Amino acid sequence: MPIIQIDARGLSCPEPVMKTKTACAQFTGDPIEVQVDTEVARDNCRRFAQHAGFTVTVSEGSNGEYTLGITR
Amino acid sequence: MVKKGNTTVIVGGALIGLIAAVLVKLGNPANMGFCIACFYRDIAGGLGLQTADKLQYVRPEILGLIIGGSITALVGGNFHSRGGSSTALRFFLGFFMVIGALVFLGCPLRMILRLAGGDLNAIAGVLGFTSGVILAAQFFLKKGFSLGRSYRQKAVAGWVFPAMALVLLILVVAQSGWLKSNAKHAPVIVSILAGLIVGAIAQRTRICTAGSIRDSFLIKDYTLLWAVLAIFTGAVLGNLVFNAETVHIGFAGQNAAHTDGLWNFLGMFLVGICAVMLGGCPLRQTILASEGDNDAVATVFGMVFGGAAAHNFGTAASAKGVPLNGKLLVVVGIVFAIAVALAVIHENRKNA
Repeated sequence: MPIIQIDARGLSCPEPVMKTKTACAQFTGDPIEVQVDTEVARDNCRRFAQHAGFTVTVSEGSNGEYTLGITR
Repeated sequence: MVKKGNTTVIVGGALIGLIAAVLVKLGNPANMGFCIACFYRDIAGGLGLQTADKLQYVRPEILGLIIGGSITALVGGNFHSRGGSSTALRFFLGFFMVIGALVFLGCPLRMILRLAGGDLNAIAGVLGFTSGVILAAQFFLKKGFSLGRSYRQKAVAGWVFPAMALVLLILVVAQSGWLKSNAKHAPVIVSILAGLIVGAIAQRTRICTAGSIRDSFLIKDYTLLWAVLAIFTGAVLGNLVFNAETVHIGFAGQNAAHTDGLWNFLGMFLVGICAVMLGGCPLRQTILASEGDNDAVATVFGMVFGGAAAHNFGTAASAKGVPLNGKLLVVVGIVFAIAVALAVIHENRKNA
């Protein structure tokens, strides 16, 4: 199953959430992966996706980056 | 409805409003317990970068804000040295953000505090700020505006800014003759404590006045809007308790304010546009700078430069009204911001 990958690292608010929103709106069943590198972006994207009815998992990389797995 | 997760931002926001009222009671100018733009202007004066006599003071509230933000960011694991996202553009947007704020006479935080102090001129500011934020969200962000990504930098790069705040704070406490101190102000120790507390709250809650409108509009997230309403409520209650004898409701005779509705609107319209393009209001930019974001540091330097220029070139408003230079520079700022946004959107689309 292909994964929709979104690179939102280093972007100012609210760009990571807007990218997540666009990906969620186009969701067809393929899981979405969002990469971020701040806790603000991690929390905002997670909160948005959860409110939109998605299941979100967060994994932290060794370099302070986070990958959000978004699916339904 | 208030969601459970919003309790922290509501309590935090109310505390900020209350602290602002206490600072006025203890000596800060009326309706100016906290004002990020005015205080950067005062810091510019305190450093001798502008010579408006009563507007010179290296405000310990701002220094405390930066240090408080750095401490909580460090403790919470949010301190990351980073930069490289259109740094010079951010400097100029910070500059124009303060030019607009000083035509209205206050940053968005003071706009809320002015309203909470009965200054109805702030209503035009609220309308202008909201219009600017929504315009930039709808026509810039939704169309692909982005100043580009930042990258991790050497750790020491992020520490220079909070260290500079600490050095300035020591000089203020030591009453160094290098710094000018002519502005009306609360006792230094109270201002430092207030700054530290507000910095810690703002860092933990991520309060942003521009974000409050932007997020409500773009993603129906009302968390930050609750925070702003809480700041207003806290300041109203604080004023009723501490400043009841000085507060009056109306347009005329308000402290550090004028009654020119059009320019109150347009000044804050410019602030709203710039804040959305930068990713946060003056308060949020200061907190980001305290967390190691060197692009936000450039924005802060732009704001200090704007504070200096506003008085050296006579663009800042006063109780008498808005000077011609101020009106001209606000128009130039709006044109500049829109031109930058359109150029960025065009380039981003070309490269997409």
